[in-house]
Amino acid sequence: MLGSPSLALSDDDRAALRGDRGEPEQLSMRIITRIAEAMQASELIDVTSAHIDGCLYHGRAGLDFARRLTGGGARVTVPATLNVSSLDLLHPGLVRLDADTAAGGRALMDAYVSMGCRPTWTCAPYQLPERPRLGEHVAWAESNAIVFANSVLGARTGRYGDFIDICCAITGRAPAAGLHLDEERLARAVFRVEGVPDALFRDEAAYAAIGHLIGRATGSMVPAITGLPDDTTEDQLKALGAAAASSGSLAMFHAVGVTPEAPTLEAATGGLEPVLDVTLDLSSLRAARDELSTVQLGAAVGSVSLGAPHYSAAELRRLAGLVRGRTLVVPVYVNTGRGVLAESADAAETLHAAGVTIVTDTCTYITPIIERATTPVVTDSGKWAWYAPGNLGFDVAFATLEECIDSAEAGRLVRDERAWGDD
Amino acid sequence: MTERATAPAPVRVLAPGVASGEVLVLDEPLSFWGGLNPETGELIDAHHPQAGASLTGKVLVMTSGRGSSSSSYVLAEAIRAGTAPAAVVLAEPDPIVALGAIVASELYGITVPVVVSADPGVATGQGATVRAESDGRAEITLV
Repeated sequence: MLGSPSLALSDDDRAALRGDRGEPEQLSMRIITRIAEAMQASELIDVTSAHIDGCLYHGRAGLDFARRLTGGGARVTVPATLNVSSLDLLHPGLVRLDADTAAGGRALMDAYVSMGCRPTWTCAPYQLPERPRLGEHVAWAESNAIVFANSVLGARTGRYGDFIDICCAITGRAPAAGLHLDEERLARAVFRVEGVPDALFRDEAAYAAIGHLIGRATGSMVPAITGLPDDTTEDQLKALGAAAASSGSLAMFHAVGVTPEAPTLEAATGGLEPVLDVTLDLSSLRAARDELSTVQLGAAVGSVSLGAPHYSAAELRRLAGLVRGRTLVVPVYVNTGRGVLAESADAAETLHAAGVTIVTDTCTYITPIIERATTPVVTDSGKWAWYAPGNLGFDVAFATLEECIDSAEAGRLVRDERAWGDD
Repeated sequence: MTERATAPAPVRVLAPGVASGEVLVLDEPLSFWGGLNPETGELIDAHHPQAGASLTGKVLVMTSGRGSSSSSYVLAEAIRAGTAPAAVVLAEPDPIVALGAIVASELYGITVPVVVSADPGVATGQGATVRAESDGRAEITLV
């Protein structure tokens, strides 16, 4: 494995590996080449940006790693954005972490900023003004960002995890493997969406339910999806990808007629016979909704959590329109990026007036913000609904955004029978 | 009594090391982030059929990882804290799992071998030893 003859390194790669450029580059290149060998890559390639997930604190190991890099004076050599962390620096009263964990989380954030990463603190870097173009090679971590970059932007990133993300940012190099390669991007599974009512298709929740089902069925295979509306939005594709990357290992999908590498089903599959061909209908979506819910219709609800991944400006505006003039009887939280919030002053004012709590820099399912006394939680996010029961020990209900707000007004779980076609 | 079960399916090294333990075969893939509590070693994914099982010291056999990019961090943290599986045997290569083991080895000198084997026979024993060399040679010995 190590020193494998099948991995061809450039002179620069070898210099970094020898330590000619200092310890941080040497450690980074050693980790990249080990992963390249594990993935049977033939060479390394240049990347134009990185998105770093390692800044979210899960204990001392991440801090030990970051300090090993900063101790050697590490600096990123390509633009690097930072994912959510465990703290909300703009609204510090919201997060109820113990002092030690909060200090560790803050130290980790500071370490990554000191290496030259941009303090964007968002899981939706594709909502920032500069984003990779079709065909551009990048090294992104954060499962939902990986899916979005590959599928919606047509940029090329592997399924990078914590640690190698910053190694790629420091060296500007990544293994030429996985979704960086043309042949790995072809769809091997086909999902045909049929018979979903327009009322449901207008809401992100329908796409999250579809993503959940696809993630469950495919593991890491690239799927092609037919039957999505031609005017499917980026926010809807975001919901689909995030849910699929939570219930499965999905790192790319094609939406035929919607995403850039899938003008036709044949283009998406490259003419290969799919190993899986599945039809998803309204009853499948209802099953996904119920699998993502630990409480059912009519149950008392304690709060609502929206925005996983971080809400876009358009989603904040839609939410503002829905809550305007209504009395919400349980707490409503919405997670968004500080960059998006900065350009959403009108929506933010409406949300504040309605009593909605805006969370930035972090997310309500990775750090203690919502109190157990205000559960079960209703959410429009397939990802949140998937992870919250395990991470937080909370009961949860997955619902459309309109159902979330209706539930916040009623204090109990409300379903829209017209949307889901319930009997 | 020891039974050799290396061939026929080749074993690929993702992260080197040598370790033994009781075999735990997961019925579904697991994301270590959201699925493993690094403080206790417990499987905490509420959707997983083996939720509540302890992964500590086990030779963990699973088809692949799943989900979050943070799984490499959580595995490294579990290795640091002494709650991690002793070894991981995957059916499909998963760089995120390999990363956690590689970085823990760099930071703490503790090795947790991660290998890929398509051979379902690796799951038949009560216990197993995983031997993964840095030159790519590897074997799984059932006990």
